[in-house]
Amino acid sequence: MVYKKITDTDLLSKMARDIRIRVVESLSAAGSGHLGGSLGLADIFAVLYFNEINHRPSEPEWPLRDRLILSIGHVAPVLYATLAKSGYFQEEELLTLRKLGSRLQGHPARDRGLPGIEVSSGSLGQGLSVSVGLALSAKIDGQSWKVYSIHGDGELQEGSIWEAAMSAAHHKLNNIRMIVDRNGLQIDGSTDRVMNLEPLRGKFESFGWQVVECDGNITEALLRAFREADRVAVTSPVVILAKTLMGKGIPEIEGNYKWHGAVPDAAQRDEFIRQLQGLS
Amino acid sequence: MIQTDLTLKGHRPTRTGFGEGLRDIGSMDPRVVAIGADITNSVGMNFFRDAFPDRFFSFGIAEQNIMGVAAGLALGGKVPFMATYGVFSAMRTLDQIRVSVCYNNLNVKIGGAHAGISVGPDGATHQALEDIAVMRVLPNMTILSPCDAAQARNAVIAAVQQVNGPVYIRFGRESVPEFTTPDLEFKVGRAQLFRAGADVAIIATGHLVWEALEAAEILAEQGVQASVVNMHTIKPLDEQMIIEMAGYTGAIVTAEEHQIIGGLGGAVAECLVRNNPVPMAFIGMPDLFGESGQPDELMDKYKMKSRHIAGAAMEVIRRKKSI
Repeated sequence: MVYKKITDTDLLSKMARDIRIRVVESLSAAGSGHLGGSLGLADIFAVLYFNEINHRPSEPEWPLRDRLILSIGHVAPVLYATLAKSGYFQEEELLTLRKLGSRLQGHPARDRGLPGIEVSSGSLGQGLSVSVGLALSAKIDGQSWKVYSIHGDGELQEGSIWEAAMSAAHHKLNNIRMIVDRNGLQIDGSTDRVMNLEPLRGKFESFGWQVVECDGNITEALLRAFREADRVAVTSPVVILAKTLMGKGIPEIEGNYKWHGAVPDAAQRDEFIRQLQGLS
Repeated sequence: MIQTDLTLKGHRPTRTGFGEGLRDIGSMDPRVVAIGADITNSVGMNFFRDAFPDRFFSFGIAEQNIMGVAAGLALGGKVPFMATYGVFSAMRTLDQIRVSVCYNNLNVKIGGAHAGISVGPDGATHQALEDIAVMRVLPNMTILSPCDAAQARNAVIAAVQQVNGPVYIRFGRESVPEFTTPDLEFKVGRAQLFRAGADVAIIATGHLVWEALEAAEILAEQGVQASVVNMHTIKPLDEQMIIEMAGYTGAIVTAEEHQIIGGLGGAVAECLVRNNPVPMAFIGMPDLFGESGQPDELMDKYKMKSRHIAGAAMEVIRRKKSI
């Protein structure tokens, strides 16, 4: 597949819808996994892989590619669906998710040889450190590629995130784009109730970061946020706090944390896909 | 048996050997970078920092982050070294080592300083006595435990030149006997037979290799011939050497500044049970935390001196004869 950046917001939204459909299909086939977060992130992933990041699906190890680190490995289905849609591998392989022998492990696994997977991940709180190391190696080599570090909001309760945040600012790693999926939900309930994160913007600012906030389910807002991030990343790392709706696109799931770790059966799958296809 | 000069040359800490090795491999391999965790001088990283200030990065007292950063640097094509006290570099960061480093099989080199009871007055919190056990269960991990300063230097160079993956290098704080020479080849995974004797084999690692050689002298005075093996690589374990020693002597003593559970002794026992079970004795920490004291006092209290090793050898020989 020839890779070309998409700037049309309607087309990006259609890409996000296709990603959602693939997420539902693959999770339904898998019989277990995390649906809500993957659906909520689909717009962000569509914008990242079809507009924002520099990459070559036909040359996954291209040395000058931007790196995407999925710290929240449990939303692997949205990464897999996006990679397949980008042309890294055939979309049929998405149906092997979580099955014995599959390259699509429950959490991303680098050793399985799936093209486009930068790092095995899934233990929360580690990805930002890995991103800091990658960003630092780019600086050492005088390279301009960037690191996109994808995080959940509940994940920010991990102390190691703040160790990493402190170090990214200390070493002036303005080549980091941290994206926080601010859906406000985690397994035990709302982040406010489980462990309050606010004031989140102030936390990052006090750690020396530039903060950009946007609606993470509107492609146009995301495109603007990434431009803004480039503008403010003079000597600081940038975090994009992207407000999303868990389960976005399927009304029954939207905002319902019970779908964090649940998957649809065959009938639900067909109904959900019908709903998604009706989405503009 | 390895033909090499094992006479006492002096006393230096193995951490100095680590520092020299890091500096030397730094000059040979431009991919090598180092991450400081606030105790740069204490772990011997100052040699590298002073020689290559542009390749040294300070990350403060934040070991979990440092381990993830090391993983990221390795993904970026660097060969990162992180080093702090073994209690932190092996255990504070265990989840990062497991997932970010070992699961990804990344080329990260981890220095475990202040290993063993010989750390002395700092007491139990800072005496790494569990690090071998914890590192040993991780797939893809290599564990090196050099016997003196000269070998520590060579181990660091070997960790880069012979292993493309995670390595944990264990070294101590105190000045200890230096008896190997810089030209003694270090082959990862190949133990060194320092002395041959048919009555008992002492398989030792780290600082206790010198004690094992002295124990062999004590035994010789009593007419007992002991083999001494320097097990400088704990993983991958040189099983061939262990099996040969079991066949040759029929009695094994292991010696380590580490918990007996899960350490060198446990590893040797696992190998022998599968291949050629012979009577064994274990020198090491008997499932206890350490305590404050002078290094020598502690080595004595916890029975890690040459005379204790010799005593264990006599005991295991008696058991061999009664079978």
